[in-house]
Amino acid sequence: MILQPAVLALLLIALLVAGMGIYAGYYGMRILGQWDPASGSEGQLELERRTYLVSTIMSYILSFELMSLFLFIYTADELHPLFTGAMCAAGTLAVNSFGYPALIIKVVNFLLAGVWLIVNYADNRGYDYPLIKVKYELLNLLVPLLVLEGVLLFAYFAGVKPDIITSCCGSLFSHESSGFSGDLAMLPHLPMQIAFFSGMAVTGASGLFFYIRGRAGYLFSISSTVTFLVAVASVLSFICLYFYELPTHHCPFCLLQKEYGYIGYFLYATLFGGVVAGIGTGVLMPFRKVGSLIRIIPAIQRRLVLVTLCCYLLFTLITGWKMVFSALTLG
Amino acid sequence: MKRAIERHLNILEFTLASLLRRKAKNFSLLAMYLMVVFMLASLQFFVTALKREAAIILDDAPDMVVQRLTAGRQDLVPTGHAAEIARIRGVTAVRPRLWGYYYDALNGANYTVMAGDDTSAKTESASIGSGVAKARNLAVGDLLPLIGYDKAPVMVEIGTIFPSGSDLIAADLIIISPANFQRLFNLPGGQATDLAVTVRNPKELATVAAKIAELFPGSRPILKSEIQRTYQSVFDWRGGMTLMILASALLSFIIFAWDKATGLSAEERKEIGILKSIGWETSDVLLLKFWEGIVISLTAFLLGTILAYGHVFFLSAPLFVQALKGWSVIYPRFQLVPVVDAYQLAVLFFLTVVPYTTATIIPCWRAATTDPDAAMRY
Repeated sequence: MILQPAVLALLLIALLVAGMGIYAGYYGMRILGQWDPASGSEGQLELERRTYLVSTIMSYILSFELMSLFLFIYTADELHPLFTGAMCAAGTLAVNSFGYPALIIKVVNFLLAGVWLIVNYADNRGYDYPLIKVKYELLNLLVPLLVLEGVLLFAYFAGVKPDIITSCCGSLFSHESSGFSGDLAMLPHLPMQIAFFSGMAVTGASGLFFYIRGRAGYLFSISSTVTFLVAVASVLSFICLYFYELPTHHCPFCLLQKEYGYIGYFLYATLFGGVVAGIGTGVLMPFRKVGSLIRIIPAIQRRLVLVTLCCYLLFTLITGWKMVFSALTLG
Repeated sequence: MKRAIERHLNILEFTLASLLRRKAKNFSLLAMYLMVVFMLASLQFFVTALKREAAIILDDAPDMVVQRLTAGRQDLVPTGHAAEIARIRGVTAVRPRLWGYYYDALNGANYTVMAGDDTSAKTESASIGSGVAKARNLAVGDLLPLIGYDKAPVMVEIGTIFPSGSDLIAADLIIISPANFQRLFNLPGGQATDLAVTVRNPKELATVAAKIAELFPGSRPILKSEIQRTYQSVFDWRGGMTLMILASALLSFIIFAWDKATGLSAEERKEIGILKSIGWETSDVLLLKFWEGIVISLTAFLLGTILAYGHVFFLSAPLFVQALKGWSVIYPRFQLVPVVDAYQLAVLFFLTVVPYTTATIIPCWRAATTDPDAAMRY
């Protein structure tokens, strides 16, 4: 366990987020069970008021998740001198088996909270709360994940023990500590480049088609999600190489550092923003025909598509620009 | 887009006016908030600045120090080991070091005495830190009497006094010639306190250390990175401990904030009632409350960090010095070099603004959802 202010802050946030999640989830369950828009009873009025509370809590959770995601990575990076062989966040997260799962679940929770807020936004625009069931079922999916995130984070930080000098001898030789490998499993770069650019092209084309014709929303949503995964793999495989100008350094975290102009924040923000809007478009697809939302959802979807397209375009432009002008040429 | 921004601006304007209308209540909240931010920010700034200071000093430390252990205690190293270590591939230099502590009965201080490498200097000459100079009232050219192991006086002449800029390393330092060192401490011949090893390629340090440990089973090689890591952990730990103590203050502040947010005054209740009856929606009132929180939080956060900056970097953190610095008769006086980065501020933000915001969500929602008629009837 490391008693460091940033670690304490992260644990505090995990605790608050899990607590707020459980609270919101409890009222979500009650709303799911007792919701009856036709009734004018006291109970129903109370539940309607509760929906405001739940959506406020969720928007706070989303913003806390986003901020703490970057704080988590930055803290992992900050802690790397404490471990033999760790060069950056990649090494710190590999210190025990909870590091990477915690990171992944943080990303997943952020994406889900974003999608929830999109659904919530659409729902609030309809006068009769048409999406209430979907919304709270999604919430029930999210709450356990928020709790799991907190548990993983606690497990991770509890299991982290810095390699410091002990009284008997230099710690390095007191036990057989092998250095952590900072390298992550790499995919070959040429196939990844093809996959990345064709994924972006398919997403772009289906997005434009949807924007103009209002059709093939599922295709767009799926392709934007797949492209997100491909893009993350591409960052590992080849994109970061162009930034580091080093053919062997595959770390996705060093991009966030000052040496590279904090470009990583921008890259990841565009990717996350794009995929949240992309998934959101798909999630709203089944409700295009719902009575009170018939005019509202297509408009929201067009805006979401535009967000995804802009984000992904920016990401591709930066990547492409770096690939062309980087001092590194991959054979 | 423009309309949305205008809506926010209008609500913000209303918020400011309504906050000012209840000066007493809001200022007391602000003062508490500010104090919490101030304490935590001072702590954070202070620990980071100390860590930075330690890192800068350790940068000049030798790559590796080889000590010898006898019965689990540090012992003298035969200088003969140096030649054998120098033969290990990758080692560029091995320097036996002679150093120890000298207790000065006159003022109860401990000095760090080191034998210098400079062979051209006179045997009697010594260089001292400004802390020693101050404690013994010495100037360049003065004689400093030291008492040897056999109670025989050893006179050294002050050649140089280190500038006070190097106080953190050199305040209590006395550098004398090896001959004088011998007269002072009478070490057995051919022995050194430890060996400083330089290795050309830092990546080979671990291998070289393993070879040394194998060659001399009683030896303890300590890498610079290990020392750095230990210092960082120690400072983090001290900061974390103090933070845990301050956690109770944070907690009581959160309860205070919760209480303030829950206990709406009759006037506020009426205000919300009127707003709702003239057409404000629940979401508008929530937005109003959101902006209220932002205004209070940001004011407290900015003022608190600015005050903490002054407290730590201009006044040298009088409130924390005792807890975090440690003590000694000759304590180096140093002005901390200001280091503030976005990371520290983010951590602070998470430790103060996030809990405050969380504590006020439910009270704000409760205020925003009261029925207009119920609110006005109070």
